Amino acid sequence: MALTTTTGRAAETSSVARPGRTRITRGGRRRRLSATPYLFLLPGVVVFVVAIIWPAISAFRMSLYHWNVFNAQLSQWSGMDNYIAAFRDPHFWLSLENSGIYMVATVIPQMIIGLAIALLLKRKSPTAPLFRVLFYLPVVTSWVVVTLLFKFLFDDSGLVNFTLHDFLHLMNSDVSWLANRWTALVVICLLGIWKGVGWSMMIYLAALQGVPETLEEAAQLDGANRWQRFRAVTIPALSPATTFISVMLVIGGLNVFTSVQLLTGGGPIGQTDVVLTYMYLQAFNFTDFGYASALAVILAVLVFVLAVLQLRIMRNRDGDELA
Amino acid sequence: MSAATNARMTRLPGTRSNPAGTTLRYVALIVGVFVMVTPFIYMVSASFQSQAYVLTIPPQLIPVPGTTANYAQAIGTENFLLYFANSLIVAVISTACSVLLSSMMAFAFARFSFPAKEAIFRVVLIGLTIPAVMLLIPQFILAKNLHLLDSLGGLIFFYIAGNLSLNTFLMRSFFASIPGELDSAMQVDGANAWTRYWRLALPLARPALAVATIFTFLNSWDEYPIALTMINNPDNATLPLAIANFQGEHATQWGLVFAASLIAVIPVLVVFIVFQRYFVQGLTSGAVKG
Repeated sequence: MALTTTTGRAAETSSVARPGRTRITRGGRRRRLSATPYLFLLPGVVVFVVAIIWPAISAFRMSLYHWNVFNAQLSQWSGMDNYIAAFRDPHFWLSLENSGIYMVATVIPQMIIGLAIALLLKRKSPTAPLFRVLFYLPVVTSWVVVTLLFKFLFDDSGLVNFTLHDFLHLMNSDVSWLANRWTALVVICLLGIWKGVGWSMMIYLAALQGVPETLEEAAQLDGANRWQRFRAVTIPALSPATTFISVMLVIGGLNVFTSVQLLTGGGPIGQTDVVLTYMYLQAFNFTDFGYASALAVILAVLVFVLAVLQLRIMRNRDGDELA
Repeated sequence: MSAATNARMTRLPGTRSNPAGTTLRYVALIVGVFVMVTPFIYMVSASFQSQAYVLTIPPQLIPVPGTTANYAQAIGTENFLLYFANSLIVAVISTACSVLLSSMMAFAFARFSFPAKEAIFRVVLIGLTIPAVMLLIPQFILAKNLHLLDSLGGLIFFYIAGNLSLNTFLMRSFFASIPGELDSAMQVDGANAWTRYWRLALPLARPALAVATIFTFLNSWDEYPIALTMINNPDNATLPLAIANFQGEHATQWGLVFAASLIAVIPVLVVFIVFQRYFVQGLTSGAVKG
């Protein structure tokens, strides 16, 4: 995992730190199996286990029951029934398709545009911080606010229709963006890209600071042109950042919820449901906690597999660097 | 515009970009900023418009006649000050606790070797891949059993937990990059682990703390799904929940919705602008350096 990269480095550092410690503790071998690190971990780990790990386990457990919301004791074991039902549920497949479309259609543009802006802002200039803040503005604005804002922009008589129809005359009539599956998905994806671009820009900007300038200058003296330098020096140097961004964005993409819930509520007639809005509907409107949990578990497994796959692919590609 | 300045700043003679390139760069950036900022301008403009003028064709970018009635109503009759206070309480406490707990964990992972370290670290990292919404149902049940349902305390508890993984991950590599000699020197002087954490590691890790603070504050301030499932009593609503509910009930009162939204955006802007000079620095030395 990219995550192990850093772990490796930590091991190094702690071994650097060790000489000092061993001097103090030289009696017996590893006499100092102290409680200290565990005390530092304890409060965080307790909260984490209670609020995250335990619920994750119970989501899995609930998915194996016909869960009784009113009296959990009366829940009936159902084995894989909820999962079988899910795989036979065409609406689940539709919602999975929508989630997948959203993920593919938002992750790649966010990475490319984010990198492009980062490259444009890399050089120090008096205006760079201002641009940085402006591009980051949507990231710091809550999903609820930007979603309502897009609902307003794409309203039948909103700014987008006005621009495309009345102003640029690109369309013959106004489009009811949110009344049709595909146009609604376009709006949802545009929102996702617009909101997220600043985030990948920021990570790439940070990573670009770590690209050794000497390397680029050397390549330049060797006569490499700008594109060659970009391919041979910049891209490889950014690879850990790229891994981090793509993993986080894929996870985030499959977890899309708030924007869809508030923009279309899954409508028209469930056509824009993504997995999590469908799960939410099953859980809190139909109170079928067992089935909803099965949907959540399927999604979680998918997210996990995709994350591990990406980390594997990147590691193989980068060979020793991330090994 | 500042082509000359830019050319002067480039380091090698060969890298000097021609004025055309610089102009192109600025054109691209300005187009980008235009796309990013226009929706916000439209939102600000709508918030100063009376209902009758919102969504008129052609849209008015500068509201005539302008009005502050939406703000007066949001703050006055619609209780948005209460939601603001709720959000502030939740976000501040969650951020403080989450950054404290995760920095302690990060310190342990970065500065000690102990049995099961790798295993525990991996478990903490799994938190990054668990979809927050997947946990809604069991967390809802857990909150019910702990009598945390429909309370700010419940939100705080889950917001602290939800931010631990990423914060720990970001800060751990930062702590690891602090030279071990400093640690040893303090240890020789008789400083215990807590002193080394509090006096040495934390102050040196200020950029990483800033990043963790921004992320956590943003996440807690903006969080919607958990608030949606856990909060029923309108008096306990946080801003995102209140704004979403408000729009649901008064579908077309956009001016009011956006006045409330802008009230909600201001604190995160303040937090971001205050901490932003640390931002790139903190991220650089954190996760992404690899």
